Amino acid sequence: VSVIPGGLDCSISFVSHILGKVCVHGRQKEILSVLVPRLTDLTKSDCIWQRICWRLVECVPDRWMEAVVLGFVQRAPGADVLSRLLGNLVVKNKKAQFVVTQKLLLLQYGYSTAVLRNLLGYLSLDSLRRALLIKVLHELLETWGSSSAVKHSPPEQQLYISKAILICLSHLKEPEIETCRQELLMSMMEGVKCHLDSSLPQIRRLGMIVAESISSKINKDGPVLKFQYEEGDEERELKSLLVHSPPLSVVPSLPDDDRSEKAEAAPMLELESDGKSSAVAARVVPDGESDAELDSDDDLIPYDMSEDKELKKTKAPVYIRDCIEVLTGSEDVDKWEATVKALESLVRKNPAAAREVSVELAKILLHLDEKTCLEGFAELRQKAQVAVLTTDPIPVTQYLTSQFYSLNYSLRQRMDILDVLVLAARELSYPKSRGKTKLPAAQNPCIQVLPESGSSKDWRRTVDERIKSKTRRFAKGQSQVEQPSGPNEFNSVAGHFFFPLIQNFDRPLSTFDLLGEDHFVLGRLVHTLAVLMYLAVNTVAVTAMGKALLEFVWALRFHTDPYVRQGLLSCVSSTLLSVPAEHLLADVAEELLETRSWLEDVVEKDSDGDCRRLALQNLLLMENLKKKLKPAPS
Amino acid sequence: MARPPPDPQFVLRGTSAAVHALHFSCGGQEPDVPILFSGSENGFIHVWNLKTHRVGTTLDGHGRKSVYWVETMDGKDRLLSQGRDQRICLWDLAEGRTSVMDSVFTENVGFCGCSLLKVAQGRWLMAMAAKALEEVQVLELPSKTSVCTLKPEVGAKLGMPMCLKLWQVSCGSEPLLLAGYEDGSVVLWNLSMGEVLSQLVCHQEPVMSLDFDLEKAKGISGSSEKVLSIWSLNEQQNLQVHKTHTLVNAGISDVTIRPDKKILATAGWDHRIRIFGWKKLKPLAVLDYHTATVHCVSFSDHRKPSERLLAAGSKDHRISIWSIYTQT
Repeated sequence: VSVIPGGLDCSISFVSHILGKVCVHGRQKEILSVLVPRLTDLTKSDCIWQRICWRLVECVPDRWMEAVVLGFVQRAPGADVLSRLLGNLVVKNKKAQFVVTQKLLLLQYGYSTAVLRNLLGYLSLDSLRRALLIKVLHELLETWGSSSAVKHSPPEQQLYISKAILICLSHLKEPEIETCRQELLMSMMEGVKCHLDSSLPQIRRLGMIVAESISSKINKDGPVLKFQYEEGDEERELKSLLVHSPPLSVVPSLPDDDRSEKAEAAPMLELESDGKSSAVAARVVPDGESDAELDSDDDLIPYDMSEDKELKKTKAPVYIRDCIEVLTGSEDVDKWEATVKALESLVRKNPAAAREVSVELAKILLHLDEKTCLEGFAELRQKAQVAVLTTDPIPVTQYLTSQFYSLNYSLRQRMDILDVLVLAARELSYPKSRGKTKLPAAQNPCIQVLPESGSSKDWRRTVDERIKSKTRRFAKGQSQVEQPSGPNEFNSVAGHFFFPLIQNFDRPLSTFDLLGEDHFVLGRLVHTLAVLMYLAVNTVAVTAMGKALLEFVWALRFHTDPYVRQGLLSCVSSTLLSVPAEHLLADVAEELLETRSWLEDVVEKDSDGDCRRLALQNLLLMENLKKKLKPAPS
Repeated sequence: MARPPPDPQFVLRGTSAAVHALHFSCGGQEPDVPILFSGSENGFIHVWNLKTHRVGTTLDGHGRKSVYWVETMDGKDRLLSQGRDQRICLWDLAEGRTSVMDSVFTENVGFCGCSLLKVAQGRWLMAMAAKALEEVQVLELPSKTSVCTLKPEVGAKLGMPMCLKLWQVSCGSEPLLLAGYEDGSVVLWNLSMGEVLSQLVCHQEPVMSLDFDLEKAKGISGSSEKVLSIWSLNEQQNLQVHKTHTLVNAGISDVTIRPDKKILATAGWDHRIRIFGWKKLKPLAVLDYHTATVHCVSFSDHRKPSERLLAAGSKDHRISIWSIYTQT
């Protein structure tokens, strides 16, 4: 690769040809890594060199134009440099224009933020090119606002488009905003609606941020749209794009050393409700204990201060029937609060008494509204519900599962039912340690049920770990101290948890349509079924459950919501893990084969990255099972 | 395992009213009897004999209005008491007498207890809340002449003074006053100039009580909220917050540091007395005896360390006497 020789009247087109050919053969990195810095320096102040450079790129034949432009856009250290190097290429050359405005932005999405910045900055720097900028913005917004794009395109692409929109917005000047204000507003409204409808939290957040940014641009003085969402790294990065920073001379990182700007790093949603009961004793551990300084205070040995608790003004009722009275009738708010706090422990301490009134308690708790501003109310209520369920599983489960499909409940209540069922199932299926219902610390993968979260990452992680632990079948065995084992309490009731939920999903009610609008609840239901299946390992009903579940999955396999599909794939994983392999082959063989063909389809064609990964893991699981069942070579 | 907290050594009953003020006088030699003075809500001051645990004398000088501060001047024969009848009385208790020698009419309707400082033989300074809302007046005793009046600047909005502490770095140096106010700040006043040296906002609620250790130039204040605030005085006479400690229940009526500066005691609205190590504010004990708010705590001035006592007076009409951490 030689440096362009001096001399003002040599023919450039030959060099362009070479450049084009080299780039198209994939050698962009090598040639441009030398060329671009050189040209950057040369064109900094020298107009002639600038014109030479422009001629250079303009003369590249069309069939190689894309590779060259791509290379330049990626290599240039800033928008202004790009502008110096390419000049008005995009205006003069149709192919270049197509590459820059359509291909790089709408058809591909693998490039880094810096590349986007360069590109859009380049478009904004010249008045001729600004018209293109506006056009690009319109097209981006159209894509962003189209509901089919939101539903079907991968989250990575949506992130890319959102970033591009934000950068465009940062470059827009006042008069331009004025002219497009109406259209911006309309596209924003449509786009926000599609994004908020999605079941994936990441898409919702993207929608919120972009809408906020658009609104802040068009309504500089007036009230601005403001959403509530968790501020993670991704959100901060997106917001920083809105600020028009001066051109930095940072070489944008090339695709192969791209950092995780992709959707991979979707931050976990934390519990939105502050579940921690911080009202109780905040006994401060004195810092002095960590000081190595010897002092005479060390001579003073503290007394036992464990009785030092918060002073309670009202006493909570001691009998469960009294609790029922307080919760249904009483106007005394202090007593009500004390009752809510004490209910769970009362139920656990008096199982016989609780059993007498279990269904009534379940009914009251399901309908219990927050009367006062009690900290941790949602968690207290849920814990009480779980306590009632585990004390008297069968009648309460029957009640709750029937209510799940009844009229006139809010979505929130239906999802609460699902959460409670899962928590109770988990408690029942873990071995009890000496009468205390303490769940063992998780060496076993713990299924985290985050009530507010819609992320499927938890299930996947659980399945991952389970796979890992399963494949190392010669695991350390009884390395942990064995807890005294008892009969699996979930065994007798697993069916009661599972089958009623799966029976009525396709019967729409007037206020509740799982297969229609309420697909978010469907997603939650599917995930719940996956967990129940997983917890049913070693129970008698597991094979029947597995069969029913795989049929259920088959019926829903083409659902458009990626969250639902992820749930369905978790169901398959749970089935494969929980049902003993011999039973799988004996009783569930046809469903397995059908499922397998569907999985192969998903791996290749599904638009959602998580779905593809889950499907792949399931296929691996199936392979492992097959190997396990093959008779060992003699 | 940690030992369970001790029980009171004995409990003084018989005040038949909430106890608001306590003061020990046990420094005397034999055959002097160790004495505890207590002021009650019914206006009586009881003089307790700590050997027999019975009331020796009862002083009635405040027209049945609550007594909220008692302190001795030079031994148990002279007693100052302050009541809600807007009077500070000086009692002569020598040789069995019980008469009011002198009194000051403060015209103050608040609850702020006074602070007494001996500046020279036969001369004391007493700081008290004055008639005007935000002012503190310092009198010289026994002459009752006003030394200065400390007025916060206009717009300072400190509110009423809630607690006072007069101190001086050493005998003969200039006296200073620490005052805790209704808005939660602690102010250091210079008496000779009558101006503020430093002001520090320690609490969000009124400062109920404070105490100061002049050896370490560190003080502690308690409020109606859950936080105890420890602050220090640096060389430039500026107050800075040193540390805070959050309690389990809100409300402190009184805080006092033991004369040997090893431990301190707080009287809580949650009926409990808490003991902390003074050096690092390490929680040492929670004494749970009373059944109503503890209004005051006081350490005794016994010469022999092993005899030292802690007294706590409560709304439940009882005074509990404790012997705790007496070995150091």
